Amino acid sequence: MDMISNLAMGFSIAVTPYTLILAIIGCFVGTIIGALPGLGPSNGVALLIPISFSMGLDAISALVLLTSVYYGAMYGGRISSILLNIPGDEPAMMTTLDGYPMARQGKAAEALVVSGVASFVGALMATIGLMVFAPYLARVAYSFGPAEYFALYLLAFCTLGGMGSSNQAKAALAAAIGLGIAMIGLDKTTGIPRFTFGELHLMDGVDFLVAIVGLFAVAEVFHFIESHGKDSAIGVKLGKILVPWRMLRQTFGAMMRGTGIGFVAGVLPGAGASLGSFLAYMAEKSVAKGADKASFGKGNPRGVAAPEAGNNAAAGGALVPMLTLGVPGSGTTAVLLALLLTLNITPGPLLFAERPEIVWSLIASLLIANVVLLLMNVPMIKVFVKILSVPAWVLLPGVTMIAFVGIYSLTGSSFDMLMMVAFGVLGYIMRKLDIPTVPVILGILLGNAMEDNLRRAMVLSNGDWTYLVSSPISIGLWIAAILGFVAPIFLRRLLKKPPVPQTAPVMNED
Amino acid sequence: MIRGDRVFGAFMIVVALGYILSASSIPTSFMSDPVGPRIFPYMIAGVVILCSLVMVLKPDPDQDWPAGPMVLQLGLALAVLVAYAYAITPLGFLIPTTVAAGVLSWQIGGRPLRSAITGLGLAIGLFVLFRVILGLGLRGLPAGMGF
Repeated sequence: MDMISNLAMGFSIAVTPYTLILAIIGCFVGTIIGALPGLGPSNGVALLIPISFSMGLDAISALVLLTSVYYGAMYGGRISSILLNIPGDEPAMMTTLDGYPMARQGKAAEALVVSGVASFVGALMATIGLMVFAPYLARVAYSFGPAEYFALYLLAFCTLGGMGSSNQAKAALAAAIGLGIAMIGLDKTTGIPRFTFGELHLMDGVDFLVAIVGLFAVAEVFHFIESHGKDSAIGVKLGKILVPWRMLRQTFGAMMRGTGIGFVAGVLPGAGASLGSFLAYMAEKSVAKGADKASFGKGNPRGVAAPEAGNNAAAGGALVPMLTLGVPGSGTTAVLLALLLTLNITPGPLLFAERPEIVWSLIASLLIANVVLLLMNVPMIKVFVKILSVPAWVLLPGVTMIAFVGIYSLTGSSFDMLMMVAFGVLGYIMRKLDIPTVPVILGILLGNAMEDNLRRAMVLSNGDWTYLVSSPISIGLWIAAILGFVAPIFLRRLLKKPPVPQTAPVMNED
Repeated sequence: MIRGDRVFGAFMIVVALGYILSASSIPTSFMSDPVGPRIFPYMIAGVVILCSLVMVLKPDPDQDWPAGPMVLQLGLALAVLVAYAYAITPLGFLIPTTVAAGVLSWQIGGRPLRSAITGLGLAIGLFVLFRVILGLGLRGLPAGMGF
C-alpha cells in the first residue's frame, strides 16, 4: 500500500538517534510550556523557532523538534487546568470544567492519567486521519487556481474571526491589520517598495517571527506586570499515580467521540483546537443521561476525557489544511506554518508530490512524539507538577529574555527587537480591547500570497472581477466564508460557554 | 462615553486614512498587472475603516484600564525593553540581561534583593544555555572584554 510504504520512508528518515533525542527534548520542553500558565503551544513554538533556526538545525530536525513541542504543549495544557484550575493554554479551558473538581475530590492523579490517555488517543487517531485524508485533499488542491486560493484565504480569515471571537468587527479588524502589515516591503510583482517610508529595514517586510514573538510572548509580560503574577501556583495535593483501568474503560467511548468531533473541527479552517474541545465536551454532555449528566461540571471523568481527546485530535486535524493548502486552521498551526516558511518549505499540494520525505517524516515524528508523550505524561507526571511551581517572577523575565535572544540571534538588529517590543505593546492593547491577535498573525503570514493570487487571477481574467466567483469550488468557498463569518452571530446564543468552576482566579485564557 | 473601543477605532481610522494616502503615492510601472500594487492595500484600508466604525458606534463594555502608578509601571517595563534592544549589541548579553530581567522580576513579584538575584541567575543561566550548550552567537561582555 502506498500509505504504508510512504510511512516506512518517513520513519527511516525520522528515526535516527539524533532525531529521537530531539523528539524527547521537544516533548519534555513542550509539556512544560503547555503546563505553565501564560505559555501555550503558539507562543512556545514561536519562541523556539528563531532559536532552532539560529542553531542551524536542518529542516527535518527542526520539524521533529518543534512538532514535538507543539504536541507536547497540547498535552501539557491539561496539567495546570486540572491542578490549578488555570488553563495552561486556551484549548485546555474545557478540561478545567471537570478536571479541577476531580482534583478537589482527591482524584487528581486519576484525572491526569485519564486526560493523558485521552490526549494520546486523540492525537494518535488524528495523526492517522492526517495520513489518510491529507494526500486526498492534496489531490483535490491541484485543481485550485488563483481565484480558488483567494477565496480559501478569505474563508480562513472569516471562519477564524467568526468562530474564535465574540465580536465580528474586531476579528475582521485584526485580520486587516495583519494584511496591512504584510503589504510593507517590496511589491513582488513590480519590485516597488510599499509603506517603507524610506526605512531600509522595512524593505524585506516585517518578519512574521518578530510579530509572533512580540504579540504572543512580549505582550504576556505587560499583562503579568499588571496582574502582579497573582495567578501563580496554589497547589493541589497529588497522590500516588496508579493507572485507573476501570475509569479508562468507562471513558473510552467519550475519548473516541471526542476524537471524531475534534478532528473534524480541526480540519475546518479557522476552527482549531479550542472549538474542538468545546464541541467534544458539549456533545459528551448531551449524550449522557440522568445522574450522569448532572455530574458534568462536578468531576465527571468523561468530561475530562472528551475535551482532551477533542483538543488533541483537533491539533492533528488542523495540520491537514495547513500541509495540503497552506492555510492554517488555528493560531498554533499559523505558527507552524511560520516554521515551515522559515525552513523554506512551502506547504501545498506540491509539497506532497515534490518533497514527500518532508511530509512523511513529519508524520512519523508526530507518531513518535505521541508515544514519547504518553510515556512521559503518565509515569513522569510528577516532574511536570514540580515545574508548575516556578513562580511568575522568574518565569516571565526568563521568557522575555528568551524572546529577545531568539530575535537577536536571528537578525542581530536592534530595529527588529524594537519592532518586537512594539508588537508586544500592540498585543497588550488588543488583549485589553478583546481583539483577537491570531488573525493578525494569519494576516501577516498569508497577506502576500493572498494579494498575489488576487492579482494573478485578475491577470488570467484580464481584469474581470467576476472571475473570482466563476468556478464551483470558489463559489462554494465564498459561501462557506460568508456563512462562517455571519452564522456565529446567531449561533453564539446557542453555544454559550459554560462558566469555569469557581475558587481560583482565571487570568490567562491563552 | 469614552471607551477603549472608541479610542482605538478612531485611531485605526486615522491610521487607515494615512495608509490610503501612502498607498496612493505608490508608483505604478507601465508593465503592471490589471490590479496593480495599490488596489489590495485600498481594500484592506476599507475593511479597517468599516470595522473601526463599528467599534466606534457600537463599543463593547470597557475593560479595566491601568491607572496611575500602574501606567508608570508599564511605562517602565516598556522603557526597559526598549533600552535592552539598544544595549545588547554594544554591552554584550550579561549586563543588560541582568538589569532587564531583574527589573521585570521586581515589577512582577516585588522584593528587590530576590529580583536582583533572579536577574543575575537568569543572565548567567541563559548565557550558558544559549552560548555554551546551543552555540548561538552571543557576546557575553562589552566589546574588548573577553567572551
